[in-house]
Amino acid sequence: MNNNDLFEAVIGLEVHSQLLTKTKMFCSCPNIFGLEPNSAVCPVCLALPGALPVINFEGVKLAVKAALALNININKKSLFARKNYFYPDLPKGYQISQYLDPVSSDGYLNIKTDGGGKKIRINRLHIEEDAGKLIHIGNRSYVDLNRAGTPLVEIVSEPDISSAAEAAAYLKALREILVYLGVSDGNMEEGSFRCDANVSVRRKGDSKLGTRAEVKNVNSFKFVEKAIEYEIERQIDIVLSGGSVIQETRLYDSKENTTRSMRGKEEAHDYRYFEEPDLPPLILSEEFISEIRNSIIELPEAKRGRYVSEYKLTEYDAEVLTQDKDIARYFEDLIKENNGRVEIKKLANWVINELLSELKVREGEGRSLIKAQDFLELITAVESGSINRNTGKIVLAEMLSSGKKAGEVIKENNLAQVSDDKGIEDIVKQVLDENQKELADLIGGKDKLFGFFVGEAMKKTKGKANPKKVNEILHRYIENYKSGRS
Amino acid sequence: MDGLYKLTIGELSDLLSKREIKSVDILNSYIQRIKEKDPQISAYLYNDFEEALQNAEAADKIIASGDDFPSLTGIPLSIKDIFLIKGKKTTCASKILDNFISPYDSTVVKKLKENNYVFLGKTNLDEFAMGSSTENSAYKITKNPYDLNRVPGGSSGGSAASVAADLCAGSFGTDTGGSVRQPAALCGVVGLKPTYGLISRYGIIAFSSSLDQAGVLSKDVTDAAIMLGAVAGFDEKDQTTRRFEVKNYAEIVKKADKSLMKGLRVGIPAEFFSDGLDPEIGSKISEIKALLKELGATIVDISLPDTKYSVATYYIIATSEASSNLERYDGIRYGRRHKEEDGKEIQSLDGLYRKSREAGFGNEVKRRIILGTFALSAGYYDAYYKKASLVRKLIIKNYKDAFGKADVIIGPTSPTPAFLIGEKTADPLSMYLSDIYTISVNLAYLPGLSMPVGVVKNPTKDGGVLPVGLQIISPWAMEDRLLSVAKIIEDEVGKYIRK
Repeated sequence: MNNNDLFEAVIGLEVHSQLLTKTKMFCSCPNIFGLEPNSAVCPVCLALPGALPVINFEGVKLAVKAALALNININKKSLFARKNYFYPDLPKGYQISQYLDPVSSDGYLNIKTDGGGKKIRINRLHIEEDAGKLIHIGNRSYVDLNRAGTPLVEIVSEPDISSAAEAAAYLKALREILVYLGVSDGNMEEGSFRCDANVSVRRKGDSKLGTRAEVKNVNSFKFVEKAIEYEIERQIDIVLSGGSVIQETRLYDSKENTTRSMRGKEEAHDYRYFEEPDLPPLILSEEFISEIRNSIIELPEAKRGRYVSEYKLTEYDAEVLTQDKDIARYFEDLIKENNGRVEIKKLANWVINELLSELKVREGEGRSLIKAQDFLELITAVESGSINRNTGKIVLAEMLSSGKKAGEVIKENNLAQVSDDKGIEDIVKQVLDENQKELADLIGGKDKLFGFFVGEAMKKTKGKANPKKVNEILHRYIENYKSGRS
Repeated sequence: MDGLYKLTIGELSDLLSKREIKSVDILNSYIQRIKEKDPQISAYLYNDFEEALQNAEAADKIIASGDDFPSLTGIPLSIKDIFLIKGKKTTCASKILDNFISPYDSTVVKKLKENNYVFLGKTNLDEFAMGSSTENSAYKITKNPYDLNRVPGGSSGGSAASVAADLCAGSFGTDTGGSVRQPAALCGVVGLKPTYGLISRYGIIAFSSSLDQAGVLSKDVTDAAIMLGAVAGFDEKDQTTRRFEVKNYAEIVKKADKSLMKGLRVGIPAEFFSDGLDPEIGSKISEIKALLKELGATIVDISLPDTKYSVATYYIIATSEASSNLERYDGIRYGRRHKEEDGKEIQSLDGLYRKSREAGFGNEVKRRIILGTFALSAGYYDAYYKKASLVRKLIIKNYKDAFGKADVIIGPTSPTPAFLIGEKTADPLSMYLSDIYTISVNLAYLPGLSMPVGVVKNPTKDGGVLPVGLQIISPWAMEDRLLSVAKIIEDEVGKYIRK
């Protein structure tokens, strides 16, 4: 499809992200996913007659936090507005949102692309409430209003995105920040992080934008890329065949990997936005904003940079360590606890190779990390040679399961490495005595039998012998045999 | 004691305190009166005498156990059927809510319960408070106690009639464009609409959120002060309530003295004496002007030039907000859900909405939903809703300027006395003009009070009279001044006029 080279895509994304508040945006019902239908509801979120909304400032805080992290200007005065339309999952018949004066506007996000980095401008981030859910069973539909009124931020990018891959990179970067800050759980499958894409194409060099279609219902990163790719191809095909793209809302079908028309421009809703008369303007003080600004932790991009420059780690290691903010914090705790004793690169390896793989095995059991101090005790035990690396892995597994300290596990299971020369020498002698034939062959020049003797010695010590020491001593003995000194 | 129903809250409260009567005695007096009179007047949509008796007995126990009880303890009140009361039917005089039992208490009712009031029943209103005559009720037409052929005004017509006919000691209503003051004027009682945000709107069925305000209808100014004090104040459930200092209005009114009038600047806006004003009402208001002058007040001619746009502005803002506020009545979760003729559920979603709302709403409500939907529509928003919001700002400024020159503003409450049932139903515009003097007060978020200051001849009833209401408007959150001035005028012109 070389025709693609003639065209460029212009993409803007609208992301809806639920906020991790304890309660809903305008009432005190719990904001929890997966409760029994219609169990987290009250007069306000059921839209009973006479009920009124009350702004949840925890939601405002999280929204402001996200906006600050995305370099979006905070508007000290913003307004809530009503977006009116009828649907059974929208009990009031309108959604409380922000329209003309959002809580924040004009920001940007840096993303990684094949060609390096790119700055994607963000038009606005505003606060709104989510709708409920319809459940269709057979030919009946049921309404669950537990989600009605849960807090959302809508983050609208400028049309600065030029490919499906860039769109995915933008979403990934956005999601990472929101999850890092504890603003959102970023769960696309459960719908707490959702994306609509405005896609248009134009011939390269054209200054005029093409007609856009809005693609909805994309609920995974994979599908975002596929849906946009499909939509770009579709629009290019239309233009090449002499047709014109129509402005419409299209639904992505992940089974067919197509998009299909949902409603055209003429059927588009007239939402009749107007200022929400039940709520006063949202006024944010400088103190409020700076308090939130001060609470923002180091973001993943900055962290990665620092891991490379300060800790001298590779880009890859930095990436792995910063993917999960809890792991990153743990790693940093470890460095602090270590206080320069063990090389940071080694600590990183321990976390990446041993701890993360152990945690992966235990996924779903509910994570409980051992104390950084205890982990460091184990690392030190291995690095100093008092147990060997393999034993170390076993000890780590046991520590994670039982919560015991490294010393306890080693002692209880008699896992301490035999490192004293005398002890190892006795074992080496014993192994040589017991295998006279192999010894003769080894002396005779069959060098690969060396490994056999190491193995036998390790077996005798149940793996506790320091392999380095076994090697050394065995080597000395063989050399002596060879030179006929023994 | 005979005729307890005639007394004011202040008087009843006094007798209760002295243990000369019991709340149950008052209640029985009202029950008898209601049974006798309400079949002709139709002020109530329903009564709940069983509940009332429980309330009264509980109140009597509280009164017996000590002297420290709130002033509404044991006082039987009626409530406009727009306030939600837990476990009670709340219809807003609409078919669409004919089966709605509220699962929660409005803040006003919660406070009344804390005040140990006695709940007599729910009063009639124009459907969703949309109207000026109570003829838009889906259930019944309330008659004016002065003349059963005439309307009581509206939308709180049931409340006003219930107070005027002594079917309760006082009543709670709501006022979006004059719905407390205009019926109070037409029925010859006191009607107070406080500053927007002084009384919580939580649990009051919304008509127009930026204009709606609960108000009181009472037999005299003192009662209005007592009732206001019981329900006013910040409510965390309504973010449009303010953290005003709630004053002891009853105490302030008690102390109001003629001397207060000395040097008081009373503003008379030229716009409130326009062509549409009944000349007899005009002359009544002039009498009050003269009286105030006599008492030492300075009469100041003022102008509220942009209030001529009040009715137009109001009908854009109120209908726009209403079109949105009434979207929740969709037949999905509560209220009337229309069924097919054979009793089966309607199969299409659109059909369900359409049929339920078509059958559930009356004509005036539909008219306003259509108007408001239009005014907010893309392409019309700037010309209508946005323009109206700007004019509203001008009206606010008019009042601000006027209150630079005057301490209170007075004028007529209504351009005409009570009109005949059916007289204006065919002409919505002439009905809308009933609120021409009251609407701007809501647009400006100000407090306003209507009080009876005399009667005019009833042209259709030999020897009959119809009450005239004086409207007093004070600056923002100055209910204390408003009530004090009203009390002094009341003392001079004599309490409400008896039928």
